Amino acid sequence: MKTAVIVFPGSNCDTDMYCAIKEGLGEEVEYVWHDDSSLDGFDAVMIPGGFSYGDYLRSGAIARFSKIMPAVIQAANAGKPVLGVCNGFQILLEAGLLPGAMLRNKKLKFICKTVPLAVENAETLFTAGYKKGDIIQIPIAHGEGNYYCDEKTLEQLQEQNRIVFKYHGNNPNGSIDNIAGIINEKGNVLGMMPHPERAVDMLLGSDDGLKLFQSILQHWRESHAAVTT
Amino acid sequence: MKKVKIYITLRESVLDPQGQAVMDSLHNMSYEDVKDVRIGKYIELEMEDSKNLTNRIEEMCEKLLANTVIENYRYEIEEGVTQ
Repeated sequence: MKTAVIVFPGSNCDTDMYCAIKEGLGEEVEYVWHDDSSLDGFDAVMIPGGFSYGDYLRSGAIARFSKIMPAVIQAANAGKPVLGVCNGFQILLEAGLLPGAMLRNKKLKFICKTVPLAVENAETLFTAGYKKGDIIQIPIAHGEGNYYCDEKTLEQLQEQNRIVFKYHGNNPNGSIDNIAGIINEKGNVLGMMPHPERAVDMLLGSDDGLKLFQSILQHWRESHAAVTT
Repeated sequence: MKKVKIYITLRESVLDPQGQAVMDSLHNMSYEDVKDVRIGKYIELEMEDSKNLTNRIEEMCEKLLANTVIENYRYEIEEGVTQ
């Protein structure tokens, strides 16, 4: 599996994401600069966290119109796994690949700590390695992670089982329905505020995020085997 | 040339934690008559005049300047400085 990590000016979790795949997963990975326009040859796309374009105007608003984004949208439409973490999630929302928007954290504080998440849907290609109801320890680091959508969208997300992760116990940022991560209707685009790439080795305090990357790899192996045999 | 003044505010249905914090501070300063504070953005554009100026402004607001999931926008067009 060959994975692209998109790098925008202001991305700062790109190296974490790269290492999670290279060393945590042991798979091929390359950085792709925001000014490139092709993702040909990649099997999965990661949009890492950070402060793309300094969070000017709104988080993710300017990155959404960078040159690489049509290729990201194309990969998403082609059914390739696309994962947006933190600022990556915000970019996916701005791009309309996922519904809703981000508001400032309810208490206006930038929060940087490890929080418990509940796995709400373990039937996605990103979460097949978990069990529904698993409580995992994953770090968050954001000032604008207060997920918002209108009631109709929320009902849709709930009915279609598209809320993949919820904050367990304490809701750190005020997000609607404790949402920490959601997936698109097709099931191949996941956006989440917590950072699984920062939890892939016990040296980092938790390796609960590794299963997410292993799940993507497992999915790729299965679909790849199905094509080649 | 035209000067376009764009005002972007959070939708009524969206909580504004920043506005809330500012209102609390104003109340602490004994401005008890303040009943609500909403914080938004103000953007100025200088644009060449054209027949479809308003269409172009609205397009820019919808696409980039505002996120209509959470924000409303309105604008005013004024005569700009002749260059």
